[in-house]
Amino acid sequence: MYSAIVFLPLLGFLIAGFGGKKLGDRPAEIITTVLLFVSCALSWKAFFDVGLNDGHFSASVLGNWLTSGDLTVDWALRVDTLTCVMLVVVTTVSALVHLYSIGYMNEDPSRSRFFAYLSLFTFAMLALVTADNLAQMFFGWEGVGLASYLLIGFWYEKPSANAAAIKAFVVNRVGDFGFSLGIFLVFMLTGSISFDTIFAAAPGLADKSVHAFGLDWNAMTLTCLLLFMGAMGKSAQFLLHTWLPDAMEGPTPVSALIHAATMVTAGVFMVARLSPLFEQSPDALSVVTFVGATTAFFAATVGLVQNDIKRVIAYSTCSQLGYMFVGLGCGGYALGIFHLFTHAFFKALLFLGAGSVIHAMRHEQDMRNMGGLWNKIPVTFACMAVGTLALTGFPLTSGYFSKDAIIEGSFVAGQHSASAMYGFVLLVAAAGMTSFYSWRLVFMTFFGPRRWSEQYRVAHAGHGHDDHAQDDHAHSHGHHALEPHESPLTMMIPLFVLSAGALAAGYVFKGQFIGHEASEFWRTSLFTGADNHILQEMHEIPEWIGFTPTAFMVGGFLIALFMYVIAPKVPADLAERFPATYRFLLNKWYFDELYDRIFVKPAFWLGRLFWKGGDGAIIDRLGPDGIAARVIDGAGFASRLQTGFIYNYAFAMLLGVAALITYGLLMLGGVN
Amino acid sequence: MVIGLEHYLIVAAIVFTLGVAGIILNRKNVIIIMMSIELILLAVNINLVAFSAQLHDLTGQIFALFILTVAAAEAAIGLAILVTYFRNRRTIAVEDINMMKG
Repeated sequence: MYSAIVFLPLLGFLIAGFGGKKLGDRPAEIITTVLLFVSCALSWKAFFDVGLNDGHFSASVLGNWLTSGDLTVDWALRVDTLTCVMLVVVTTVSALVHLYSIGYMNEDPSRSRFFAYLSLFTFAMLALVTADNLAQMFFGWEGVGLASYLLIGFWYEKPSANAAAIKAFVVNRVGDFGFSLGIFLVFMLTGSISFDTIFAAAPGLADKSVHAFGLDWNAMTLTCLLLFMGAMGKSAQFLLHTWLPDAMEGPTPVSALIHAATMVTAGVFMVARLSPLFEQSPDALSVVTFVGATTAFFAATVGLVQNDIKRVIAYSTCSQLGYMFVGLGCGGYALGIFHLFTHAFFKALLFLGAGSVIHAMRHEQDMRNMGGLWNKIPVTFACMAVGTLALTGFPLTSGYFSKDAIIEGSFVAGQHSASAMYGFVLLVAAAGMTSFYSWRLVFMTFFGPRRWSEQYRVAHAGHGHDDHAQDDHAHSHGHHALEPHESPLTMMIPLFVLSAGALAAGYVFKGQFIGHEASEFWRTSLFTGADNHILQEMHEIPEWIGFTPTAFMVGGFLIALFMYVIAPKVPADLAERFPATYRFLLNKWYFDELYDRIFVKPAFWLGRLFWKGGDGAIIDRLGPDGIAARVIDGAGFASRLQTGFIYNYAFAMLLGVAALITYGLLMLGGVN
Repeated sequence: MVIGLEHYLIVAAIVFTLGVAGIILNRKNVIIIMMSIELILLAVNINLVAFSAQLHDLTGQIFALFILTVAAAEAAIGLAILVTYFRNRRTIAVEDINMMKG
């Protein structure tokens, strides 16, 4: 059954990918979607078996992958509670996104390719979460990276999409470099990369040190930091986050599936999966907390001023991933995973809802050209409102349980560690900003004056010089009057399902994930040290801590209400009064420009140096080009000998004869 | 003064050199080249006849007759080629005949 969960999407990929041309688009869509739904149903069954009904944990070996000296790598499916949670998240969101895409990608000419990629991604992600060793995890890790690259660049005729795809791939390489170094280090320390062996050996390694670059490093800390570097890349954490907003160039269902609900949470999953290692290194956990908190705060500030509806949600994703890492870094692995679980629902909901808005607005993504849509597309509005409530942590929605739990957890951990306290402060601030930008999105999109009827043509006239290419595929529709319309049923059903999840997932699963039944639920899949009681201590915090995030949430909501509904002049005034701050935020803290200056330009310079200087001037000039030129010179000289005049030939012949005779007389005559 | 073998040989050498020089130095006319070739052949004939007389052996003189025949045939063929060539190119100047170069 577990094999079926993992390999059905692969089957779908093979059918749609290699048979898509022959089958036609519609069968390819249906086959992949049905296979995904089967896989999803099996995942829920596995979730109930293993997670809730004490089914036994299993790691079934499918076969040997490679053996090299001491290194043995098996293909194995490790199915414990953590895996089951991820299986459920991945297959549910993926199945819904498949269904949604049938409606959303309706007009696209290469739909079978799209569905093949989606299924390939799902397979890779499932391989990642079911991995039983680091190599298999790395296989899935790179597989999702590949699928992400393919899907961001799905509209490959758009240069900006290609650039975004390459950027995502390259930035992830930085993280993957750290991840692979971490794997090597794990192998060096334990002689194995299989999880069971590593986890068993981890406690003994807590005080070991490795010698590198002339310094002694704590082995566990160094390992964990390297592994976390991979997580930072994949989960778009501070410093390696730049690819995620650009990844919004891909089709909206892709943003929902990969860049919100599943792939970007791979880093969170990895840290949770390797909790026995991280638990041995408090320093590494502090770094995780610090980076997570910084990301949460940074991304929230940038989200405040973005105007592209998808970019706002992208920065929100980035910010929420920061929350998850803070949860992990505080030692509350269950907190991080719980937020991952609920976040998948409401963030996928928000993205798919945004997709529905974009669909209704005929591929307009700039919120400044929306407004007043709530009675045109009331169902989408309702779903978006639900997603926003859940994201901002409105009481009893799923975000309320998971996000506030992380904030409380960081407060508890903050009693002993400075980084957790830092995290607590930033997270509370970020919670207020989350509420502000989420409601700002809703107000700008659904309320206020209608800015689209007259803006429609203007917006589309501007496409030529707009390098962000705000719409998905503007070429596919004509210039008739815009009448926002509700999306087809295939797009609405996923919204309903996800809305239910966004509302109820927190309440229903709170007890299992982070409540009193947590230890029976997680069992051995999450490791917590002997003196790590964060889940218990969370219940003994002062009451005001519990209310703080909610208060900030209400504050953010009120400010957004004031600025975008009651007094719509205020945002422009603020931007005018603090132009430096506004531009700083609008340009995402100038990270892209900074990286361009530090890495991209020097890389181009170095590349040009080697290309023009090394390759062109030295190797080519002395090698092939030089030899060719000498051959031409030699041939030219030889051809000048052939004058074509008979007297020259005769003269040469005479000389030759004279020389021969002279030789004969001197040599042969000399003998006599 | 007794005319000896060496006088014949000197004459033959002078004629031969004239022939060779005619071929190499002549820039004007192909016919002159053919005449130079005749000169070379005649120089050889003088040598043959001179040695034949000196050694009292008729073989050299017979050979000289053969050479004369061959020279005549060669001159006939050469002139025929020359005529055809002139018809095609409207010139027989040596300087214009340089189509053999690469």
